Amino acid sequence: MTNEPLTTDITQQANVVVEEAHDVDPNKPLVEIRDLEIGFETQGGIVHALKGVSFDIYPGETVAIVGESGSGKSTTAHGIINLLPDNGTITGGQVLFQGKDLAHAKQSELYKVRGRDIGFVPQDPMSNLNPVWSVGFQVREAIKANGIATDKRDVQARAVQVLKEAGLADAERRMAQYPHQFSGGMRQRVLIGIGLAANPKLLIADEPTSALDVTVQRVILDHLESLTRERNTALLLITHDLGLAAERATKLIVMYQGKIVEAGPSLKILQDPQHPYTKRLIASAPSLASRRISGTQVDHVGGPEAGVDVAELASKHGHGAVEAASKPVIEVKDLTKVYSIRKGGFKSEPLIAVDKISFSIPKGTTLALVGESGSGKTTAAKMVLGLEKPTSGEIIVAGTQLAGISRKDLFDVRRKMQPVFQDPYGSLDPQRSIGAIIGEPLRVHKVGDDHSRADRVKELLEQVSLPTEVAKRYPNELSGGQRQRVAIARALALKPEIVVLDEAVSALDVLVQAQILQLLADLQSELDLTYLFITHDLAVVRVVADEIAVMEQGKIVESGTADKIFSGAETEYTQKLLEAIPGSGIDWSKLG
Amino acid sequence: MSDPNTEHFVAPIDDAVVEVDALKLDQKKSNLWLDAWRDLRRRPLFYAALAMVTLVTVMALWPTLFTEVAPNSDCQLANSNGAAAAGHPMGFTFQGCDVYARVVWGARTSLAVGILVVAITAVIGIPMGAIAGFFGGKVDSILSRIGDIFFSIPYFLAAVVVMSVLASMRSVWTIALAIGGFAWASLARILRAEVLQVKNSDYVMASEAVGRSRMSTLLRHVLPNSLTPVIVTLTISLGAAIVAEATLSFLGIGLGDTIMSWGNDISKAQTSIRTSPMALVWPSLALTLTVLAFIVLGELIRDALDPKARARR
Repeated sequence: MTNEPLTTDITQQANVVVEEAHDVDPNKPLVEIRDLEIGFETQGGIVHALKGVSFDIYPGETVAIVGESGSGKSTTAHGIINLLPDNGTITGGQVLFQGKDLAHAKQSELYKVRGRDIGFVPQDPMSNLNPVWSVGFQVREAIKANGIATDKRDVQARAVQVLKEAGLADAERRMAQYPHQFSGGMRQRVLIGIGLAANPKLLIADEPTSALDVTVQRVILDHLESLTRERNTALLLITHDLGLAAERATKLIVMYQGKIVEAGPSLKILQDPQHPYTKRLIASAPSLASRRISGTQVDHVGGPEAGVDVAELASKHGHGAVEAASKPVIEVKDLTKVYSIRKGGFKSEPLIAVDKISFSIPKGTTLALVGESGSGKTTAAKMVLGLEKPTSGEIIVAGTQLAGISRKDLFDVRRKMQPVFQDPYGSLDPQRSIGAIIGEPLRVHKVGDDHSRADRVKELLEQVSLPTEVAKRYPNELSGGQRQRVAIARALALKPEIVVLDEAVSALDVLVQAQILQLLADLQSELDLTYLFITHDLAVVRVVADEIAVMEQGKIVESGTADKIFSGAETEYTQKLLEAIPGSGIDWSKLG
Repeated sequence: MSDPNTEHFVAPIDDAVVEVDALKLDQKKSNLWLDAWRDLRRRPLFYAALAMVTLVTVMALWPTLFTEVAPNSDCQLANSNGAAAAGHPMGFTFQGCDVYARVVWGARTSLAVGILVVAITAVIGIPMGAIAGFFGGKVDSILSRIGDIFFSIPYFLAAVVVMSVLASMRSVWTIALAIGGFAWASLARILRAEVLQVKNSDYVMASEAVGRSRMSTLLRHVLPNSLTPVIVTLTISLGAAIVAEATLSFLGIGLGDTIMSWGNDISKAQTSIRTSPMALVWPSLALTLTVLAFIVLGELIRDALDPKARARR
């Protein structure tokens, strides 16, 4: 990642387009969306994704649409430029862009507007650049398509300028490179550059940073903000992150099931949410909670709780497990993993993924291993689980040394330690019923007979608040959150002491995430479980962890109790991570 | 930048805010195979293909249900190339045998060859592909190279050579071995590619973290999730095997003269094609329809098992 300051004389290098603020009436809306309705044709008939959405975007304004998956926020973004999948159609309403209705415009008219007047930054930087063309080619293509420049030299000059503005310092050299030679953050910069290439009046950014690390996310968003402010470009930001939206946008739109439930000035909505859904969303956002969630002595047999107020729960219960300073259940000493990376031919180069890390977790507590992608946290978790062999170092799980352990002893250790993985869609075998999935550990370890196993599966389903008839169903019938409950039930089947949670809530929507976090806290206090919690999300760490270990490039750079780290991180890296949490800039204590 | 026009809008509060992550179970159970079956049941072409396959299967198992006439012993030269007559709806061959009876009895050979070839292909190809893909490394290198050797020899050419060498012992078994023994490599390749993808799933890792052994994980989780392309390929290759047998028999290096086979009949009928073309047309038609039925069935199963292809229709 290049953090060099941008050269200020970039406009002089290419005199094709004169950069200046858009000359538009600031009091007239740039985009007026009126009762927009969008439907998707599916096997089961038409699904109405948008049910009458209306809002305005004024010139130079930053508007954020916040919502969970399926709320229709991305559909709104695509609907504005009339760029929907084949099975989607605008079934009603208008999108007035400077008075012209884009919802009923001809394709040829849309081509003129897209890119030139309305830029678009897509969600996934990994798949939105064509891997077989150089980055320069793709930027030049966008410039030519928008008719900004036609002369070959002008196009080239403008492309260099666009990339420099997007934050690629050595743009000339990097233009000849291909997308795989760029990091995720760099690719997102290129996509932002392409989106802004024609100096549009509106830029739509659909979850532009959700695939990136928090520190990178912050840099990219800062950059996006300064670029749009300079040119008075309006920005429509689509995000699932309430903190991020509040921090970046003046106007907030909260969507739920294809409708706008609340809209208005960001801070006002955060301070004084009116709609019950918004209230629930704000209460569940982990970045807004100040303390750890504790288990509540709730009766699990009832259905899933309708919503969990993280902050409220945290203030009501103190956490008791830390006080009992029992001896550690997991002890890791100087754990190291070195991979050898093939370098063509017979040469190979060592890559130190995990570098002499040490930590220990007392019984009944949670240690969060935090780090950005590539920090080695998942490799560390896999070694603890016995799925990867350490290069050196010791792992002692419940009194058993894992190094040089026999296959049979490892099998026994596995009874005491179970994992829950990140992807709720990938961690359950699609061809087996839920009952078979939860019962698998029991069968593998030959616990009980068929009858007692079925009883245990029922009991586990109740523990994770799922009805027992789910046992006969298959994973594809459940939502992500429900699948994660199943994965937790499977992990608990053998009554383990330790559960290793590898990004176990990262793929879930905020409200569901809060529910699962509450479930984990309840189970911990009920069953005296020890958690090793692997995550990139410091906001989540705050509500689950007793102790935190921050990893950077294979090393633990800082560790300590959660309170200590959050109140005064010692290393610069941890401070940077904390500051990068979306919404950390807002003083939440002053909010309602 | 504050916008004077921004007002605080709140949607009317209705009861539409549902429970978080409420469980919505359909009345009908759903999984890959059930969904595929529901899709197939709605497709008329599936019934047509299934009817043809069933017809051929019944013919192969109980030919006497269809004809009382013995296909070999009741031949009378007086009837040579005779036209259709009462009790003989398809006429007679050059040798004076009943064409209809021969078509009915020929189904047994074609189906036997097809099923045997598929069985041989599966027995060799599935373990080779699954083990190579799942264990990787040296095991993969060795198994895949063996596969490549067989893959590089066109199976039909190999079958021609084998059948020529084994001229003295031509039977359904030898021809099936000659075809299947060289056709398995492409199945192994397809399965290996699928296994490589499936083995990186989290549920495979979860299974190992539970303590299941590698081999047991392969059999329990990886293989069942990799079988879709295998089933499709095998269905289609059943049709292809029937064609291969007919071609070899037509060339005179397939089954012996004494064995009833559509390929043999087509071969013999060509000598009198001008005088009695129907003796050639009927067995050809039986062959074409049977092969078509298997290939259509394979394609339909492929579409039914692919949720994306289902959504496109």
